[in-house]
Amino acid sequence: MSQVAHAPEHPTVTGIDNRKLLMWVFLASDCLFFGSLIATYLIYFGRSVVGPYPHDILDIPVTSVSTFVLLLSSFMFVLSLAAHTRGDYKAFRVWVFCTAVLGSTFLGFQVFEFQHFVHEGLTPRTNLFGTTFFTLTGFHGAHVTIGVVWLLTLFFLSLRGKLGADKNLAVDLAGLYWHFVDIVWIVIFTVIYLTGVALGPGVGK
Amino acid sequence: MASIAVARRESTFWDTVWGWVTTVDHKRIGALYGITAFIFFMIGGVEATLMRMQLARPEQTLVSPDVFNQLFSMHGTTMIFLAIMPLGAAFFNIIIPLQVGARDVAFPRLNAFSYWTFLAGGLLLNSSWFLGGGLNAGWFAYSPLTGLTYNPGHGVDFWAVSLLVLGTASMAAAFNFIVTIVNMRAPGMSLTRMPVFTWMTLIVSILIVTAFPVITVALIELVFDRAFGFNFFNVFAGGDPLLWQHLFWVFGHPEVYILILPAMGIVSEVLPVFSRKPLFGYPFIIFSGIAIGVMGWMVWAHHMFTVGMGPVANTVFTLTTITIAVPTGVKIFNWVATVWGGQLTLKTPMLFSLGFIAMFIIGGLSGLMHAVSPSDAQQSDTYFIVAHIHYVLFGGAIFAIFSGIYYWFPKATGRLMNETSGKIHFWLTMIGFNLTFFPMHFVGLNGMPRRIATYSAGMGWDFWNMVETVGAFVIIAGILLFLHNFFRSLRKGEVAGNDPWDGRTLEWAIPSPPPEYNFERIPVVHSRDPFWEQKHPHPLGVPAGASQQRPGNRAQQPAVAHAAETHEVIHIPSPSYWPLITALGNAIAGYSLVYRFIPGLFIGGALTMFGLYSWYMEPTVKHENKKH
Amino acid sequence: MAHGNSPAAAHHSGERQHPTPATYAKIATTLVLITMLEVGIFYVQALHSVVIPIFFILSVIKFALVVMFYMHLRFDARLLAWVFVGGLVLALAVVTALIGLFHKGLLLRP
Ligand SMILES: [Cu+2]
Repeated sequence: MSQVAHAPEHPTVTGIDNRKLLMWVFLASDCLFFGSLIATYLIYFGRSVVGPYPHDILDIPVTSVSTFVLLLSSFMFVLSLAAHTRGDYKAFRVWVFCTAVLGSTFLGFQVFEFQHFVHEGLTPRTNLFGTTFFTLTGFHGAHVTIGVVWLLTLFFLSLRGKLGADKNLAVDLAGLYWHFVDIVWIVIFTVIYLTGVALGPGVGK
Repeated sequence: MASIAVARRESTFWDTVWGWVTTVDHKRIGALYGITAFIFFMIGGVEATLMRMQLARPEQTLVSPDVFNQLFSMHGTTMIFLAIMPLGAAFFNIIIPLQVGARDVAFPRLNAFSYWTFLAGGLLLNSSWFLGGGLNAGWFAYSPLTGLTYNPGHGVDFWAVSLLVLGTASMAAAFNFIVTIVNMRAPGMSLTRMPVFTWMTLIVSILIVTAFPVITVALIELVFDRAFGFNFFNVFAGGDPLLWQHLFWVFGHPEVYILILPAMGIVSEVLPVFSRKPLFGYPFIIFSGIAIGVMGWMVWAHHMFTVGMGPVANTVFTLTTITIAVPTGVKIFNWVATVWGGQLTLKTPMLFSLGFIAMFIIGGLSGLMHAVSPSDAQQSDTYFIVAHIHYVLFGGAIFAIFSGIYYWFPKATGRLMNETSGKIHFWLTMIGFNLTFFPMHFVGLNGMPRRIATYSAGMGWDFWNMVETVGAFVIIAGILLFLHNFFRSLRKGEVAGNDPWDGRTLEWAIPSPPPEYNFERIPVVHSRDPFWEQKHPHPLGVPAGASQQRPGNRAQQPAVAHAAETHEVIHIPSPSYWPLITALGNAIAGYSLVYRFIPGLFIGGALTMFGLYSWYMEPTVKHENKKH
Repeated sequence: MAHGNSPAAAHHSGERQHPTPATYAKIATTLVLITMLEVGIFYVQALHSVVIPIFFILSVIKFALVVMFYMHLRFDARLLAWVFVGGLVLALAVVTALIGLFHKGLLLRP
């Protein structure tokens, strides 16, 4: 008896592909990473001894736009995965490229925001808010950057015809990572931007 | 009978080196882990010996207070991150695929990456000795001692960055073992039939992937403060040194269980084999392990009772800490019941496991004493705590690791270690260990603070300190005898055969040392002690109290059946040097971060990316057709 | 983690019925609407005393929608859900405990 042809991996006990299980365990682990960063931010919330404070400087309208951009990129990605799954590689490339472009746009917003803050006199050295804000959003930005590189890699692999039906999982895994980065931003936007600014100067003084 | 016939030319020395450098075979990686970690263990031992020599008599000046600070800081860090953890990883690597009946781990190249990254982190940390001095702020490196103001040298940077690198290695290995254990068990090996060592490895791996991100964040904050002037622990900007303590111990207490659970796993394998009885209370041992893993997250602030958290927090953490003694006690009772009434064979592995139980009980009891916060206020920062941690980590973890080495040495090498030397080694260790660490309870309760470079005569500590130093040299004699035995047995030891101990689990069913592909055919498992049941299939051969699920089919069904395929393709992962390249990138980035050399960070990062890319694109397996 | 190795485990992940693009579009619309609602609430001064629970609930809904549908955790093997929820709950517990220890007023005062 021979093994089933084309089976890319040995069948596993749980029926879950090893790489997929790895990705989910990694994401669970990354929850603790961002959890610790967010905990640090919240512990130091309202403890800065000099300004600028969050409500002085965080720009809700601009960040709302960049939040929409990131949400939209997640939508683009599920369309690309759906296209890849049904074998429409051209549509896959269009959507995955759109995802990468939206991800880069989000990063552009972040660079703009950081520059603006530095211009306004907020750097990581200014106060505890600067220290914790730049570290938390900076590590999120690093995750987005890795995600964009990953998406573009898939795009170019597909252009060279190296991302056929047997590589559907590779697309799926990149998506899990990309959506995770999106949900981390959902938390950051709500906690640091909306709640933090709404609570305003009255809290933690 | 199968043997892979490959025409081989005469292999040169460099072929051998290249073979080890590019290996992705879990057994070879395990050996690399073991040897490297043992070397670091001896470095940590030298540091300890220097401290003991300094403290043998009052007011000695063998080392300066500054060097002494570095010695105890580096000793703690080395023993925890470079000796006990990777020695555990050596066992995971060599044993887990064999115990679960797999041909390798789930991600062989990731496994190689873990080893090389661990090596890079270990060298990075220890190179600080030659580059201006090591960490001098204690192994938990409390802020603000680690700030640039009090610590302008690079010792703290070396420490923090190397722990970041070592954390990457540990997490990569833990991801790998979680997937391997969950996904790659042989057919029939349900979770309730999994060997205890495999279970404990799974729990430890889960603890590693959840606890290490927390210390990673703490270390990043420390490094950013020092390298880029951030304010995390800058008191003048409102920063709070307690944040470091909390983040460190949120990680630090699960870390204690990361160190001790593999030891508990090893002991749970050894005791049944040398008592010729099944493990007593298997489900209780497993559930206690899980309970310890969960509750280990709720007790961290017992390291901080004296920092002024207030009565509410102190009470809560006292209660949770006392509660966590329950599952630990359950395990000890089950081990004792396993040995009780068994046909004991007091071979060296068994002696070390029995020693583990006794010493670990002492360590556990002293731990309970400072679980109570008012009591801890008296013991905190004294030698009583030093005694406790060594009863848990030396009397516990190291005893179990020696037990495991003697137990699995014949499986890994094909030869037995010498019994007489082994027994002498055990007794030297047992006597030396207690001489060294038991008196620390006395001087500790008498008020001798830890981390002091010397003490005045007439404090009443002279006698016991001398006894402790003598004990340290007895331990060293034991270690030297062990090394002699180890290297001699590698070449001249008695040939072991497949199953020298009448073992119970799958690893004893295959040749020693195992072939590259481990199992010629993947076994099918029908019981908790599959190999034992195969050797003793008759119901009368099963001693009273044996695990008896489905007793009906026992006679007809061999416990280890084999998959039915007659021709099978064995996938052997190809060697690869990309894991090494990627780890090298990490090392370059690490050194650059220590010296705040930004271009080097980019070079290291680029090399890491390049390594990962090439790794991603590289095909994973070579196919060899095996004929029967 | 409860799967063991029963063949029953295989059916969870054997055929992954992913949602259709129409479902994806509906989810995307919901996400955008909730975010607009959040930003809207932000500008209502009167609600500022109760923003914490409101924002918490709304972002939990967004979070769950992305995880369940876009990351198709709802349609995958249940083990994966346990893995992720385990990590998430542990992270939440650690964050809550730390904040409680540092901002004692939050827990002890009404
Ligand atoms: Cu502890």
